[in-house]
Amino acid sequence: MFFGLSEEQEQFQDYVKKFLADNVTVDEIRKIANGEDEALAKEIYSGLINLGINALLVPEEHGGLGAGLLSAVAVAQGLGSGVGPIPFAGAYVMAPIAINLAGSDEQKAKYLPQIVSNETKFGVGLSEYVAAREDAGIDLASGKANGKALFVIDGDEADYFLLSNKGGVLFLVDPKDKGLEITKLTSVDKTRSYLELNLKNVAAEVLPGSENNPEIAKKVLDAGRIIFAADSLGASETMIEKAVSYAKERKQFNRVIGSFQAVKHMCAEMASDLEPCYAMLWQAAHSFDHEPDEARLQACQAKSHISEVAKMVSKKATEVHGGMGFTDLLGLHYWFKRIGLNRQLLGGPELIREEAAEIQGFNQ
Amino acid sequence: MDLNYGAEYEDFHKEVQAFCKEYQGVSFKSESNDNNMSDALSGSSATKKSKKEVTRSEWQQILIEKGYIARAIPKEYGGYGGETDIIKSRIIATEFSKAKVPGGMGGQGIDMLVPTLLEWGSEEQKQKYIRPTLHGEMIWCQGYSEPNAGSDLASLQTKGELIDGNWVINGQKIWTSTAQYSQMMFCLVRTEPQAPKHSGISFILIPMDTPGIEIRPLVDMTLKAGFNEVFFDDVTVPEENIVAKRGEGWSVANSVLGHERGSLADPNATMNRLNTLINMMKEQTIDGRRLIDIPSYRDRLMQVQGKVMASQAHSLRLLSSKINPGQNVKLGGMIQKLVGTELRHELEGLAIDVLGEIGTLYEDSPYLKEDGSFQFTYMYFLGLIIGGGTNQIQKNIISERGLGMPKEPKITEAS
Repeated sequence: MFFGLSEEQEQFQDYVKKFLADNVTVDEIRKIANGEDEALAKEIYSGLINLGINALLVPEEHGGLGAGLLSAVAVAQGLGSGVGPIPFAGAYVMAPIAINLAGSDEQKAKYLPQIVSNETKFGVGLSEYVAAREDAGIDLASGKANGKALFVIDGDEADYFLLSNKGGVLFLVDPKDKGLEITKLTSVDKTRSYLELNLKNVAAEVLPGSENNPEIAKKVLDAGRIIFAADSLGASETMIEKAVSYAKERKQFNRVIGSFQAVKHMCAEMASDLEPCYAMLWQAAHSFDHEPDEARLQACQAKSHISEVAKMVSKKATEVHGGMGFTDLLGLHYWFKRIGLNRQLLGGPELIREEAAEIQGFNQ
Repeated sequence: MDLNYGAEYEDFHKEVQAFCKEYQGVSFKSESNDNNMSDALSGSSATKKSKKEVTRSEWQQILIEKGYIARAIPKEYGGYGGETDIIKSRIIATEFSKAKVPGGMGGQGIDMLVPTLLEWGSEEQKQKYIRPTLHGEMIWCQGYSEPNAGSDLASLQTKGELIDGNWVINGQKIWTSTAQYSQMMFCLVRTEPQAPKHSGISFILIPMDTPGIEIRPLVDMTLKAGFNEVFFDDVTVPEENIVAKRGEGWSVANSVLGHERGSLADPNATMNRLNTLINMMKEQTIDGRRLIDIPSYRDRLMQVQGKVMASQAHSLRLLSSKINPGQNVKLGGMIQKLVGTELRHELEGLAIDVLGEIGTLYEDSPYLKEDGSFQFTYMYFLGLIIGGGTNQIQKNIISERGLGMPKEPKITEAS
C-alpha cells in the first residue's frame, strides 16, 4: 500500500518546479502577462514541452507516455506553484482524454500523435456545458455549429477548438473556418489565455463516442476540474512558502513579524487547511482512473473544497505580506489571481457542490 | 499510488468482515459508568437494543483474544502478543466502523498509560498494571493540568517529597476526567523544586483510594460531570510508584501526548456522523419539505462533506507514511488535532442549525432527534478544541515546529 505521488511523479513535478523557478522570475511573469516579451513566452512554453508535459496522457500506442491523471496532477501542482504561463488543463489533459475516449480510430490516429509531436494544440471550451452565461451556447445540427462559446481556455494559437453543445456532444472546429470569429477576453489572471468564439455555420467534426454518451463530457470535465484544483493547490503552496519566509525576515517593533502569534496563527491556519488537500487531490485523481463509482463525487468535491481553501490562503498570505502583498512590485498577485481564475473555471464551488449533491441523489 | 493492502491481507480482511457480521448489532449490558453519549462520540451504535448482549469487559476479552486490540502488547502482560501491523489496525478500524461494531475500551489507561509503561516502566510495573488495565479492570485518570498550569503545563506545582521511602504529595489537579471511577491516577508531580521547570517533574502512579485524596466533580457545559478537581493532602505512596527516574516526568508524559492529540478526532467516526446527519436531513422536514432539499442547508452539508472527504484521504496518506519510510508528512501529523476537532464541531453544529428549534432540545425532551447527540457532541467538541492542548497552542506548534517560525520572545518579568 502506498498513498501519494510516486518517485517518478515527484521527480516530474520537481523538473517543472525547477524549470519555472530557474526561468520564470516575477519580472518575467510580468513581461509575459503584459504581452511584452513573446519570445520569452515561447521559450518557456517550449522548455516545458521539452519536459514532455504534452505527451503525458496520450496512450503509448499513439506515441505518448500513457500516464494516468495523477501524473498530470503532479505536473499541474508544479505549474500552479510557479504560475506557469502556458496551456495545460485544456490542451494537454482535457483534449487528449476527450479524443481518446470519444474519438473514432481515425481521429485518434490523427490527433493524438500530433499532440505528442506538438504539431497540434487544442483550445477547450466547455463553459456552456457547465453553466451558460450571457446567452452563450452552441447548437449542433447537420455537422454545423452555431452560437457562442465563452471562456475558452488554452486557445491562443490553437490549431483546433474542442467544444460541446448543451447535451455534451463533443466536437472539433478549425480556427481557420470562415464562420468562426475569435475575440480575446481579458481576465484578472494574465498568465493564461481566455477567448470568446462566435460560430456561424462552422464545420464541426464530432467525436462520435460522445454522441449518445453524456458520460464522456462529464469525464472530460472531471479531469479539467481536478487539474484546476491541482493548479490552485500548487499556487497555494507557494503563497504559504512566500508568506512564511517573508514573516521570518520582515521586522517591526524590533522583532521579526513571524514571531507574533497573530501572524504565526494565520500561517498555521493556511498550512493546516491546505495539508489535507494534497491527499484529497491525489485520491480524486486515483479515483478518476481506478474507481469509477467514486470518481465524479471525488472530482467535484476536490475542485470545490480546494478552491475554498486556496481562496482563504490567497487572502491570508497576501495579508501576511502587509502593504507589499498588495503591490504589483512583489507580484504575489499573480498567484492570487491564478487561484481566482481556477476557482471559477468549469464551475465555481457553489455550482459544483450542487452537482455533487445531485450525483448522490440528494436534491430531488 | 497503490491502495491495495496486498494479497497477504486478504484472509485477514475476510476474517474481520466475518467477525463484524457475526457481532453486528452487539449491545452492552448496562454498567454503572456507561456514558450514554460515548457512541455518538465514536460514531458507533452499540446501545441500540439487540439480541446479542455482552458486558463491556466480556467484549474487551473477545477483542483481545482475536488480536483486534492490544495486538502488539506481549501475552505476558495480557495482550495478544502479535506484531505491530498498521495495515491490520486500519482494516480493523475501517470494518468495525462500517459495520458500526463497537471497538475496544479506550480511556487514559489503555490509550496513554499502557504505551507509557511499555516504553518507560519497570518490569514490576508492567507486570502489575498492564493486564488489569487492558482488561478494563483497572481504570486510570490523568493528573496533569492544574489551575495555574494549563497551556503552560510544565509550570505545575503539585509537590512530591520523598520521606522515609514514600512520596508525600500535596497540591491540586484539575480537568481530571473519570477520576470518580478510577482505581489509579498517573500524575505529574514536582519533585525537584531546585531544577529548571521542565526537569523537576516526576511521573508517579497513585492509587485513588489513598487517604488524603479528595475528588470534587466539575460539571461542564454539557451538564455532565465530565471532569473533576482532585486535591492531595499528604497523599503517601511507595517510592517504587515512580515511572522512570526522578525529574524525567516531562519526557515520559510527552512521549505519549502526541498519541492523544491524534486520537481526538478519528476520521472514521467523523464519516459515520456525517452519514447520520445526511440520513437525518433526508427524514426531517420543514413545511413538509425535506431538510436536504433546502438549497442553503444542502450547500453547507456539501461543504462539510468535502472537508470530511479530505480528512479521510489525509488519514490514508498518514497511514502510508507509517509503512513507507521516507514518505515525509511531518506537518500532516501535526494538524490532526486542530483540523479534526474543528471539523467535528462544525459538523455537529450544522446538524443543530438544520434542526432549528428542534436542535435546541436537550436531555429527555420530546421531539429530540438522535437522542440529542448533536447538541451534546457540538458542546463536547468545543471542550476538545480547548483540551488536549488548545487549538491556539496547536497553531503555535504547527507554525514553530512545522513551518520553522520563531517562538514568541519570552517576557522576562510578568506582573
